[in-house]
Amino acid sequence: MGAEAGLSHAEVLALIPQQVPFRFIEEIAELSDTHAVGKYTFKQDEFFYKGHFPDQPITPGVILLETLCQTGLVALGIYLLSLEMPKDEVTAYRTLFTDAEVEFSDMVLPGHEVIVHAEKVVWRRRKLRSKVQMHRSDGTLVASGTVAGMGVAT
Amino acid sequence: MERSEILNKVKEILEPYVKNEEAFGNINEDTSILDDLQVNSARLVDIILAFEDEFDIEVDDEAADQVGTIGDAIELIHGQIN
Repeated sequence: MGAEAGLSHAEVLALIPQQVPFRFIEEIAELSDTHAVGKYTFKQDEFFYKGHFPDQPITPGVILLETLCQTGLVALGIYLLSLEMPKDEVTAYRTLFTDAEVEFSDMVLPGHEVIVHAEKVVWRRRKLRSKVQMHRSDGTLVASGTVAGMGVAT
Repeated sequence: MERSEILNKVKEILEPYVKNEEAFGNINEDTSILDDLQVNSARLVDIILAFEDEFDIEVDDEAADQVGTIGDAIELIHGQIN
């Protein structure tokens, strides 16, 4: 079974259940059985900028963490599932967050594009742990760590 | 390897995931990993992987499913290394 057996980038994107205003992946640049690269540009009018912070919008770390997970766990998880089961059964599982260790090293502001690189560390029994890094498009590292999630039957 | 030695290593592996310190303090072979120690079931994969690394064994999914108590874990490990 080659890499071609899995879902395409577009098919994975279409199956990601998170939607606006909680969707933080717009493009999948790379996807394999060992890694994923996703991209997102934070809009000027994201809902959380109103409060975080008034007059000084900065993307909350918790949203950056979600962004890391949507590429590193959700997209990669959907792809890995698609290598193991018929494509139409992949949607029977939803990836839920289990744990993370993450460090933030710079800010992401409205209008910034971020690129998430995720590398599979553990994939077993629908549990996925990925090493993740987020860079702004200028190459600045903004977040890094590991995230883990579990495919739960819905 | 003696069962007591296995127990000590199993305890070391479990410790970071334990939510009930009192049950951990009174640990014995009947202690349930999920119910008594209140380990998050999502951590079981990590724990099984740690067993594999620590004891240089391979645990298939079916065998992993049989592990409910500390005694079950020791039995599984003991059976594979001896």
